[in-house]
Amino acid sequence: MKPVQRVYLREVASGLVLTARHFFVNMGRHLAHALGRTEARGAVTIQYPEERRPYAPRLRSLHRLVRREDGSPRCVACMMCETVCPAHCIYIVAGEHPNPDIEKVCTEFTIDLGKCVFCGYCVEACPEDAIRMDTGILEFSSYSRGGMIYTKETLLSLEPAGPDGKPRSPVPIPADRTP
Amino acid sequence: MPKLTIDGRPLEVPPGTNLIEAARRLGIEIPHYCYHPALSIAGQCRLCVVDIEKVPRPQVACNTVVAEGMVVHTETERVLETRKSIMEFHLINHPLDCPVCDQAGECWLQIYYMKHGLYDPRMVDEKVHKPKAVPLGPHVILDAERCILCSRCVRFCDEVTGTSELGIFHRGDRSEIGLFPGQELANKYSGNVVDICPVGALTDRDFRFQVRVWYLDTQKSICPGCARGCNIEVHVSRRRVHHAEGRRVVRLKPRFNEAVNKWWICDAGRYGSAFVDGDTRLQAPARRDGEKTLEVAWTEMIPLAAGRLRGYRADEIGILASPKLSNEDLFLLRRLCDALGVGAVDYRVPPARPGDEDDFLIRADKNANTRGAELVGLGGADSRAILAAARERRVKCLWIFCHDLLASAWPEGEVLDGLLGAETVIFQGTNANPTSAYAHLVLPAAAYPEREGTWTNFEGRVQRFRQALPPLGRALPDWEILGRLLQEVQGAPRPARAEDCFRDLAATVPAFAGMSYRSIGDAGQLVQTARP
Repeated sequence: MKPVQRVYLREVASGLVLTARHFFVNMGRHLAHALGRTEARGAVTIQYPEERRPYAPRLRSLHRLVRREDGSPRCVACMMCETVCPAHCIYIVAGEHPNPDIEKVCTEFTIDLGKCVFCGYCVEACPEDAIRMDTGILEFSSYSRGGMIYTKETLLSLEPAGPDGKPRSPVPIPADRTP
Repeated sequence: MPKLTIDGRPLEVPPGTNLIEAARRLGIEIPHYCYHPALSIAGQCRLCVVDIEKVPRPQVACNTVVAEGMVVHTETERVLETRKSIMEFHLINHPLDCPVCDQAGECWLQIYYMKHGLYDPRMVDEKVHKPKAVPLGPHVILDAERCILCSRCVRFCDEVTGTSELGIFHRGDRSEIGLFPGQELANKYSGNVVDICPVGALTDRDFRFQVRVWYLDTQKSICPGCARGCNIEVHVSRRRVHHAEGRRVVRLKPRFNEAVNKWWICDAGRYGSAFVDGDTRLQAPARRDGEKTLEVAWTEMIPLAAGRLRGYRADEIGILASPKLSNEDLFLLRRLCDALGVGAVDYRVPPARPGDEDDFLIRADKNANTRGAELVGLGGADSRAILAAARERRVKCLWIFCHDLLASAWPEGEVLDGLLGAETVIFQGTNANPTSAYAHLVLPAAAYPEREGTWTNFEGRVQRFRQALPPLGRALPDWEILGRLLQEVQGAPRPARAEDCFRDLAATVPAFAGMSYRSIGDAGQLVQTARP
């Protein structure tokens, strides 16, 4: 290290100049944007939550259960996802399906998102394409652990995200919160 | 005895042995579906083909008897190719609905496909559809599509039970297993067809959709249902508590024992494990105080119970031991009786209705250890006389093990008078029953899958059952309760394990001399008096 660098003063000053330049340039652009020059864009990333960044199509977001045409779950309670889940966060209870050709159906399908690690193995393991992680919903925080538990009915009610990656279903309201 | 060579290894077996059994002795597994050592040979699945030198074509191993100088190859290219093709035939009409099939995970179609199949399917035609989810009887459900027509179940019903309910109907690829008209698969051994079915065609209605088999843990055990003492495996679900409606013991499977039950168990034994996770299980030591029932800790209960026992004169105590207790429990109880000087001890309580019996496995005596209780030397008194003494206030402390006296052959009024006549009634058992409602002290005992022990069956065969689960709640094994009481009464060090009790038993009681848990092993050992 050169002696002049060891004093630091010159480095501090150049840093201040850089920061100040970003500040004033962006302030100018934001002012111009606010005054009507829409092509001028400041250095802010994205105006979340009004604006959303486009999500990658393979993003693993909140799970949903895929429905058959009659609205019943495609899930046949084979327990593959429950078995493969490294976080042990899936809880399935199997029951008899009225149609003997389908035979088996989940009567309960609960995911504890407080435990989920979003690895996507459940989607990979499913032989029926009954569980997907394509809702585009990432905002499912809760005030309690109980609020992180999603039941079969909630998971079935979710829709896949639109082509723009935006969620089409409303964000499910956790049990511990009133709307 | 013919000498032969299998895969280059020489071997000598008794004449008449078939090649599957001969290879098994060398630890070589020849895959098969229709062959079962207990049943006649059908030769239907054709999977057990092997190459024999000087024979032009591959032969089925199940129906080929060993001959002098035979040279057998089980892994030649031709054999492997044949197996693969036969697997392909077996799976032509198989629905491949493994996700909904209860057999998945223990299915021989899956196992052999992964070991010997692994072909790319070439079938383009629509598969033949057959009836699915058809109940055949109270315990068994049929999925005809999954069936590979090995006919083991048909032969079981023809040859083992002799009831012949099942048959193969129709022709060609529309053949299916079914019941003869007007029949129902309701014999006393019907559950065994589920065990011998190599695929998911016959499954258990009791186990249907309860737990996936890979979640089950197994432990060697003995059926407590009757004096036969069939060898079983207890299958427990411990990892996912929401499965099987919270039951821990989800099914029992027979375990091979040539001398006792061979490959089979009866349905009463197979479906008789519900009490282990039943609502009536006693989970905490309790003391009845007037109308109130108070749960107490063991550290409080043991001195309390010991104090009650010591508080009476020896002839004021009556003990109704149970022939369901293990040899270890009964031996400790005998030591406790000796320490207290109690003579009024018996284990015989006649059931209200005599148990059913047949000439195959089921015994009329529905207690697992009546013979053991006889041999340990407990008793000498008459149980009915003990109850009568309680009624006449001569016996003031009545200690009852397991029995529901109100459901016995004795008149209800007589039993009630006895129970109400005693100043102190102690009940020790796994489940609450009408009799335990009259107890002043309740000692909850661990059920048989929750503990170690041995039972002596009616032939005098001592057999071990092992612990598969921790005891429910605060229940303790009977030997542990009795050991703690003995320690409290006598100051003797208490046994740390059931094996310690058995060691003392073997050293004290001549019938058990020379026995140990090790010598009993998995197959059991006859007591001295029963040995030829």
